[in-house]
Amino acid sequence: MDLTAIDPLLLLASLMVASTPILLAALGELVVERAGVLNLGVEGMMITGAACGIIFSTLTGNAWLGFAGAALGGLLLSFLFAVLTQLLLSNQVATGLALTLFGLGLSALLGQGFAGTRPPAFPKLDIPLLSNLPVMGQIAFRHDGMVYLGLGLVAAVWYFLTRTRAGLVLRAVGENHDAAHALGYPVVLIRFGAIMFGGACAGLGGAYISLVRVPQWTEGMTAGAGWIALAIVVFAGWKPGRLLLGAYLFGGVTVLQLNLQAAGLAIPVEYLSMSPYVATIIVLVVLAAGRKPGSLGQTFHASR
Amino acid sequence: MITLERRPQPSRAWSYLSPILAVLITMVVGGLVFAALGKPPVEAIRTIFWDPLFGDFAGYFRPQLLVKAAPLILIATGLSFGFRAGVWNIGAEGQYIMGALFGAGVALAFYPIEARWLIFPLMVVAGTLGGLLWAMIPGVLRVRFGTNEILVSLMLVYVADFLLDAMALGLLRNPEGMGFPGSRNLQQYPSAHNAELIANTGLHWGVIAAFFAVVAAYILLSRHIFGFNVRLAGQSPRAAAFAGVSANRMVLICLGLSGGLAGMAGMFEVAGPAGQVLASFNVGYGFTAIIVAFLGRLHPLGILLAGMLMALTYIGGELAQMNLQLPRSAIQLFQGMLLFFLLAVDVMTNFRIRLGRKGVA
Repeated sequence: MDLTAIDPLLLLASLMVASTPILLAALGELVVERAGVLNLGVEGMMITGAACGIIFSTLTGNAWLGFAGAALGGLLLSFLFAVLTQLLLSNQVATGLALTLFGLGLSALLGQGFAGTRPPAFPKLDIPLLSNLPVMGQIAFRHDGMVYLGLGLVAAVWYFLTRTRAGLVLRAVGENHDAAHALGYPVVLIRFGAIMFGGACAGLGGAYISLVRVPQWTEGMTAGAGWIALAIVVFAGWKPGRLLLGAYLFGGVTVLQLNLQAAGLAIPVEYLSMSPYVATIIVLVVLAAGRKPGSLGQTFHASR
Repeated sequence: MITLERRPQPSRAWSYLSPILAVLITMVVGGLVFAALGKPPVEAIRTIFWDPLFGDFAGYFRPQLLVKAAPLILIATGLSFGFRAGVWNIGAEGQYIMGALFGAGVALAFYPIEARWLIFPLMVVAGTLGGLLWAMIPGVLRVRFGTNEILVSLMLVYVADFLLDAMALGLLRNPEGMGFPGSRNLQQYPSAHNAELIANTGLHWGVIAAFFAVVAAYILLSRHIFGFNVRLAGQSPRAAAFAGVSANRMVLICLGLSGGLAGMAGMFEVAGPAGQVLASFNVGYGFTAIIVAFLGRLHPLGILLAGMLMALTYIGGELAQMNLQLPRSAIQLFQGMLLFFLLAVDVMTNFRIRLGRKGVA
């Protein structure tokens, strides 16, 4: 084994790439849960986004259009979830599971003609000046556009939730939907919006896996990333800032175990591969903090 | 203007009708999907739902029905208790794998001693224990630290999956297997083989266990105080707490029960139809069982029927794959759709649809 083969700078740089899909999906789910809805279908929306991303980018030859298509795919799937849980008042846990099972089948069907095709390259954006910084430049400023978009979205969601009136209303709906309804806020409409934002984000996250990280389509390629995103929302205590920390923590474990595999550590590959999932459980147990939104997962029906 | 009005009590008629309606809608929409894929829709539906039972080669497929339905029914019966009580174990797939590993591990430890009276019962116990212990991880974490059991049980599916790979390549690998991955084939080890009890019926010990589980669950739910507590905990956690039902104990019992049954199902599968510990051992029964549990209305007898129906879609799906070149994923989509439509139709059980203008509030 040769641990010196692992370059710490490269490790940190790839950490940012590895955590981006989870970060995007978790950010969407955070907004959904802040609105009081528990959507367990993140995995299904991510994998559908991954398939849509490949399809749209291959057909158009443009990676950005692939991402747009993936966001649309995730959004449409989440719209189904919204109709079921908000209009037909179905159980959110069961519906989320159904969405995941459905999404896994749907993506396999959509993607079957695209197995093995290489999506168009997604160019890196070297940020001028900053990318020439000695250490930080290599770690943080030589990535592709989606990495920066993810970071920008974290800041935007933080600003929206804590500094705007609309964000306050969304949180009110999530904390106590009956009170929000009594105040005249359109609970169902706001939740529709939140759910669809979550779907689009999950789609983007999935597409980042199939267009940048791998980059190729294989069935079931998200391999639980959607569930880890759900776990990171809990770990983050429903706060965008901590979400970033959680995603980087997870990305770190993933990248580290991949590097250890490559370096030929004496532990069998299977045990290294399970480490991100074990780490997620440990993090959930040890570090989870914060109070969940008051109406999380409850069905809202304005009875009169 | 369409509005929903809560029924004073859930409608009995609709609770029976909605699964049937969901299956019918799924057939229609599924047919449309098949048509969109360029396959003859009516023929595809007939291949999936009719041919395995009454087609030309039904004699071959009917026994398969029991083989496929048994693990689904075993797992779903266990899950239904938790789902009723609001304990969401969605990691049955992992518990199923661990049951298989424990069961096969015991058998391989005894190899080549022949002592069926000792080894096979020991395997059943070990398999059950394997699934139970794996389910206790989310249970204990939830009770002790308040960790979300949905996420932990699901994470453990991936861990179990990698553990299966590691075992098939490492500890449990067949030393005489010429370097191929996979354990010894338990079908060739009489003391451990979960063989067909009557030739060409598909009836093995797992099927019998599934029937027993259904009967026991029925009695527990309708005649025993535990079943009453489970229903109470699900419908009104506060009332249950006042009635002295310990929420923590409920979590542990529900997870233990579902994990144990899933582990048992995994053990019967690895010792019988599958035969080997191999990376491709698990085919998603643990997840399909979730659909079975809901489709069966979380009721033991309903689960029995739903398990048979889902088994039929597996077998019919394979048949459609062969005869019509229908992609495997289309069946997966079909199964997912079924749960979707069921949840959608289910609104009628608890609500009444009112047409017409809203009155003045």
